[in-house]
Amino acid sequence: MKIIVCLKQIIDPEVSPRDFQLDREALQAALGSASLVTNIFCENALETALQLRDRSSGEITAVTFGPEESEEVLRKALALRVDSAVHLVNPGILHSGSSGAALVLAAAIRRLGEFDLIMLGREAGDWGEGQTAGLVAEELGLPCVAFVDGIESDSDGVLVQRQTDVGREELHARLPLVVSITNNDANVPRIPKTRDIMLAHRKELTSWSLEDIGLDADAVRDAAVRSEVVDLFIPEKDVNCEFVPGESIDERIQEFAQRVAEIVRSV
Amino acid sequence: MANVISCMLPGVEFDRAARGLLGAGERLAAQLETQHIILAAGASDTLAQQLVQHGDQVVVLTDQELDEYQPESCLALLHAACADIRADAVLLGQDAWSQELAPRLAHRLAGCSIADAQAVDVRDGRIYITRSVYGGKAVAVVRANVAPAVVWLRARAFEPESARSASAAAEHRSFGATSSSAAATKIIRRHSESESDVRLEDAAIIVSGGRGLGGPEPFDDLRQLASVMKAEIAASRAACDAGWVPPGLQVGQTGKKVAPELYVAIAISGASQHMMGITDAKVVAAINTDQDAPIFRHCQFGLVEDWKNVVGPLKKRIMDLL
Repeated sequence: MKIIVCLKQIIDPEVSPRDFQLDREALQAALGSASLVTNIFCENALETALQLRDRSSGEITAVTFGPEESEEVLRKALALRVDSAVHLVNPGILHSGSSGAALVLAAAIRRLGEFDLIMLGREAGDWGEGQTAGLVAEELGLPCVAFVDGIESDSDGVLVQRQTDVGREELHARLPLVVSITNNDANVPRIPKTRDIMLAHRKELTSWSLEDIGLDADAVRDAAVRSEVVDLFIPEKDVNCEFVPGESIDERIQEFAQRVAEIVRSV
Repeated sequence: MANVISCMLPGVEFDRAARGLLGAGERLAAQLETQHIILAAGASDTLAQQLVQHGDQVVVLTDQELDEYQPESCLALLHAACADIRADAVLLGQDAWSQELAPRLAHRLAGCSIADAQAVDVRDGRIYITRSVYGGKAVAVVRANVAPAVVWLRARAFEPESARSASAAAEHRSFGATSSSAAATKIIRRHSESESDVRLEDAAIIVSGGRGLGGPEPFDDLRQLASVMKAEIAASRAACDAGWVPPGLQVGQTGKKVAPELYVAIAISGASQHMMGITDAKVVAAINTDQDAPIFRHCQFGLVEDWKNVVGPLKKRIMDLL
């Protein structure tokens, strides 16, 4: 099975609110003291792909669209022993958004040629739109299943497990297929071996410009600007936690209970 | 000016989420001075009766493929219907199916797709969406530059509107537009994992447990507490990933986005991705051993204590007070 996993590098979503800064000009978060990480759902997607390859064999290509420094997510993927990695270099387009990213990813996937499964994370920890998988599917004219947390090969396609609002669904799907991956207890990302991390830096990594995949920056901007971020700000938080008063634990629990009961009665 | 369409997917009920969606549709149509059309995919007659009081027109899709949700056929029919009705805005709910279809529907309609809206406004005839980003640490305002704006809404962030006095007629239509790609995927099994009939997104009170509980058993204590408080039970990602409770109970960026009147976080540290799921909660209360846990920066009242010493007595006290 030929699998393409799309990865996104983001500002660490666990950066504390104190250290979180905005670039008001660019209308995006400023890196500040935060680090750059692979989006967690992308790691879940990669783990799902690795498990699928472990079980049945196949080939995994990791792809990312981002600036120079996003090569790091591909090096990490290579350390987890994906078979190849392709960096789609963003020439400095701010706010490519899901639409711009989907256009780029789809063009790259077309150039990669044959594939069976395209896997993406269900959403990214920065803009949290959860749309890229669906948009890539539409760009390529393929079916798509979202919120997937398990995939198995089947005689004429794959069996897909996924989470819904109230429980689970199992789908049968023909290939090729696009899936967005969510987390569960079975796709917690594995840790690369030290030796593999070192080897990863010597492995070959393909780097494509937008021109290499038949696009240019204007085409990506045109797709991105279908919806446009016009303002970005840090919300005023008037929340000030009050630690419930009381001399003893009993008194504090009583105070806590009273506040809870008051709200429960009002509902 | 084209219409505002609110989409109800197969199997949805006339619950708080649906009423919030329709309320948003009514207000947006009024602001755009256009018609609010409710597109109900495979609605029952009872549901259609309720819907006619919340829009200018109700279109019930009668195609047999909509008896149960299947992604590809549902998308094809919604696309055919929306293209025929013509819309400046297509609103969908927060359910997994709506989230799954929204970007694809936007693409097929050559519109733009905006996810997880917490407010919808109109200025100078253009649609602006307010949404929480960066794990709730920032708020973005996004303008739809092309029509239609296909938007899915965070359910409880939108107030319902009261029923109209004059009812619109429900029109039954069939589009039969299913293409061959319909068979590319098929849902072959469904099962419910929820612990109650109330969806977490609609719950008024939630008791939620996290990593600090240390295992599945303490959730039984939390369930007892929740039962006294008439609350739904939920969990953090850590508790779900550890397999202590089903993933459907997960609240956070990785799970449900909830908006209860009261959210009681027990042994939850309050990682950003968790906080993103509760930005719409009216009151957050926390019980945690660590006074510096991030959860205490986001809650109205808190108790620094080991949950083991609190949950039992707290249940009794609340029972006495109610």
